[in-house]
Amino acid sequence: MTATATTRDVVGPGTKVGLRRVPRWGQALFVLGIWVLVWAVMRGQDTLILPGQAKTGLHDSMSQWKSDLIAGRDDNAFMQFTGWIADQIEAVGTWLQELVSEPAPPRPVPEIGWFGVVAVASWVGFAVAGWRIALLVLGSFLAFGLLGYWEDSMDTLIITFFSVAVALVVGLPLAVLMAKSTRVTAVVAPVLDLLQTMPSFNYLLPVFLFFGLGIPAGVVATVIYCTPPVVRIAAHGIRSVSGTTVEATDSVGQTRWQRLRKVELPMAKSTIVVGINQTTLAALAIVIIGGFINMPGLGGPVLDALTGQQTGNAFVSGLCIVIMAIMLDRTTTAASVHGEKLARSGTFDPRRHRIVLAVTGAVALVCVYYSRTYLKLAEFPESALGPAIGREMAMKVQSFADWFTSTFDAWTTAIKDVVSTVLLNPLQDLIANSPWYVTAVALTMLALVVSGLRPALITVVCLTGLYLSDLWNDSMITLTMTLVGALIVMILALVLGVAMARRPGVDLVLRPVLDAAQVMPAFVYLIPTLLLFGPTRFTAIVAGVIYAAPIAIKLVADGIARVSATTVEAAVSSGSTAWQVITKVQLPMARGNVVLAVNQGLLYVLSVVVIGGLVGAGALGYDSVLGFSQSQYFGKGIAAAGCIVLLGIMLDRFARGAVERQQRNNDILTMRPISGAI
Amino acid sequence: MKRASKARQTASVGVMASMALVLSACGSGDIEQDAPVASGGTDSAAAECGDLNLAVNPWVGMEASVTVVGRVAEEELGCTVNYVKTKEEISWAGFGSGEVDVIIEDWGHEDLEKQYFAESGDGTAADAGPNGNEGIIGWYVPPWLAEEYPDITNWENLNNYASEFATSESGGQGQFLGADPSYVQFDEAIVENLGLDFKVVFSGSEAASIAAFQKAEENKEWLIGYFYEPQWLFAEVPLVRVELPPYEDGCQDDESDVDCDYPVTPLKKIVSTEWMDSGEPSIDLVKNFEWTNEDQNQVAAYIADEGMSAEDAADQWIADNPDKVQAWMPS
Repeated sequence: MTATATTRDVVGPGTKVGLRRVPRWGQALFVLGIWVLVWAVMRGQDTLILPGQAKTGLHDSMSQWKSDLIAGRDDNAFMQFTGWIADQIEAVGTWLQELVSEPAPPRPVPEIGWFGVVAVASWVGFAVAGWRIALLVLGSFLAFGLLGYWEDSMDTLIITFFSVAVALVVGLPLAVLMAKSTRVTAVVAPVLDLLQTMPSFNYLLPVFLFFGLGIPAGVVATVIYCTPPVVRIAAHGIRSVSGTTVEATDSVGQTRWQRLRKVELPMAKSTIVVGINQTTLAALAIVIIGGFINMPGLGGPVLDALTGQQTGNAFVSGLCIVIMAIMLDRTTTAASVHGEKLARSGTFDPRRHRIVLAVTGAVALVCVYYSRTYLKLAEFPESALGPAIGREMAMKVQSFADWFTSTFDAWTTAIKDVVSTVLLNPLQDLIANSPWYVTAVALTMLALVVSGLRPALITVVCLTGLYLSDLWNDSMITLTMTLVGALIVMILALVLGVAMARRPGVDLVLRPVLDAAQVMPAFVYLIPTLLLFGPTRFTAIVAGVIYAAPIAIKLVADGIARVSATTVEAAVSSGSTAWQVITKVQLPMARGNVVLAVNQGLLYVLSVVVIGGLVGAGALGYDSVLGFSQSQYFGKGIAAAGCIVLLGIMLDRFARGAVERQQRNNDILTMRPISGAI
Repeated sequence: MKRASKARQTASVGVMASMALVLSACGSGDIEQDAPVASGGTDSAAAECGDLNLAVNPWVGMEASVTVVGRVAEEELGCTVNYVKTKEEISWAGFGSGEVDVIIEDWGHEDLEKQYFAESGDGTAADAGPNGNEGIIGWYVPPWLAEEYPDITNWENLNNYASEFATSESGGQGQFLGADPSYVQFDEAIVENLGLDFKVVFSGSEAASIAAFQKAEENKEWLIGYFYEPQWLFAEVPLVRVELPPYEDGCQDDESDVDCDYPVTPLKKIVSTEWMDSGEPSIDLVKNFEWTNEDQNQVAAYIADEGMSAEDAADQWIADNPDKVQAWMPS
């Protein structure tokens, strides 16, 4: 469905279609038509359904591998080694915790109390990014305490910093190597693909096997998830340093090391900072999932609230994550331009700047001293403000959610039923209830006519993998949900994106909401969504849409905003109506962004598919959760993880192929889901 | 320009300085003086009891049991209690690595027992006896349904109502709401072997099942699904059990042939053998711990219904039931 919509956008007006061939959307419709005919005859045959609690020999053999691994863990040298690494991480982590979040025996409180932490953090904000950021940091830290999650927030910050530090130590050299060598790229890029498409839920168990629970497991899981963005983006930055600059500096006889250090790294600096920024946000996306392996931090309270159906509490702890994300995002972004800004201001006096830093730093140290001395400054105090604020807010949100769900659930149930009957069920019937070989051929043909030969070959490879995993039917159901989710995302993106681009007022109101929706973990709104839509595939789709819509809407809005004003004016003056301007000028000219939005929509929706397993959507999400929950289903969970990766690669290449056919030379840096709430 | 940047810097110095001033105003005493107060005078006991790592699996009932044991261990024995929050399977594997000492509520995991008990596995885990709770797993309907259609509580009549139970997910058949994948469940086999015209749709999590039953009762929707006692939801929505062919020994031995109800499961305490040999005073507490379904439901309702923190809920129950707590203490 989405496939045809995409094609139509891509081949929209203005594209020259060769006379001798049928347009691509026509070919795609033709393939679809044949598919429907065959389906009508063969429906229900060879669908390879595997019931939820069933597993196959392949799955059992993978489960056995895991059991053997555990049984032999005392003699396994590699596991001893990873255990040793875990001990080191644990030691550093505990030290950091005792510094700021946990009692440091014999003291009943951490080494540095909240007051000292707030002062030092604000000072760091000031030093790296100026006084505005210092105020933002100050406010954020106070909010953690006032909302009642000081310790958990500190723990999350510790894990985040720790993980990002490791990610940079590993990732930056890797990025340099990738930028320099196509061979390294060929090896590393698929691994990055794998790490980013695999839902983090699926590697929790392997991480536990090798690194145990708590801080080490949390850090390792986070590093796995957050390293790819910085590698990818930094490599891209270094590679894009202009060739002429490099040649010019080479001509004065520099060594390769000098070239890297003096030319390439400094010139790619701003892109590298974008990478660090993305890596930091990705690290925060693991916070909730980490709660499943006892990672300290804000994940615990969110999961507790989930088991107790307390939306209010989930919201407040989720809010701390949102605040932290905004704080870290703005700080890293501002820090990247801060030095230059100071230097360019003309009146910058490095000596005085150093003095100011030293004085404020000294004050921060005094605060640390006081926070070590006075209990009230060590433990965030119960005061008139907080954490009563957090409790109050939790109660308000709870009663709002209760009111909202009980008032609107008749409506929402109706919406769910209509979408399920009209769209979801028929599409799933076609995709999952056709014989597997019919679906396979049809999908391959669609990839061929819409995206080209290479994507079609990749589709064949991926489909073969799905078939071999023994989870074909579940994969097809998940694929259907992803397509429907992406379709809803695109409708929202086109409507709201156009509105945002055309009316600054709408943009002003909507953008912060989108930012928050992007960072707010899906677990926070799971209970209300469940109460509105029941344990269904549609609930999973809603979670996916909430998560994927913001990026798609922003992409469309930005694309349209970039269409030159003169072009639009010309259209208006030639008598076009607003509708004509939108459909004939703005959308076609923003085509690149629109197709990119489709790509991102698909991948983002797919990346929260595991959540679907927790809310009654079944399919691969359920298999993943099952594999994590029950020992004898481990193999099935791993197979499901593989299937999600294969689906991700297939959809990505499909959508990218469609773009590349359109604009071969347009260098789009495809950004993958950074935050996979799961 | 110059003035602006100067003002900016002065401002930030001012912020810091005024913070320092605020400090001197709130002199609440020296931390070293507060220290003994804050750690609660447990120093003498702390010398005897070390760390106690209690697994918390993701359902409120277990959280209730764990936290009550944890609070008693902290307050009475002076142990340092760590709550290890994770799923069952990981908790079991955690015995061998020393990360988990006790699972206070186990619903029976044959495969895990096989891997970790001494008889057939690596011997890192051991059975420490029943915890007094009785797990009653079964098929349940919301109370309004049982009231309006009394015969629905017998499985033989379920097919008459199958079409009423149909949803957008069940493809024309009646929907049976399966449970959180962590739980022991045979519903697909039972449906098949009893010839019921139902499709099992897995809720995927306890949270989703609870939400579904709440919604069904409130809106008088048709719903049948897997549920269990003890569970705090019964205080709010007293679900009614549907009778299946009664459980007989052996009728659940082969997973694909199951055609009977679930047996009443005495919930067990599973412990780390290494910890059992450590001589910690908390061992006796865990061995002696026993309470009823009502006790657990009470604490769970404090947490889930009244929104108390687990610790407050446990403290409340401990204060109300000194005799029961006393009976668990090491002799």
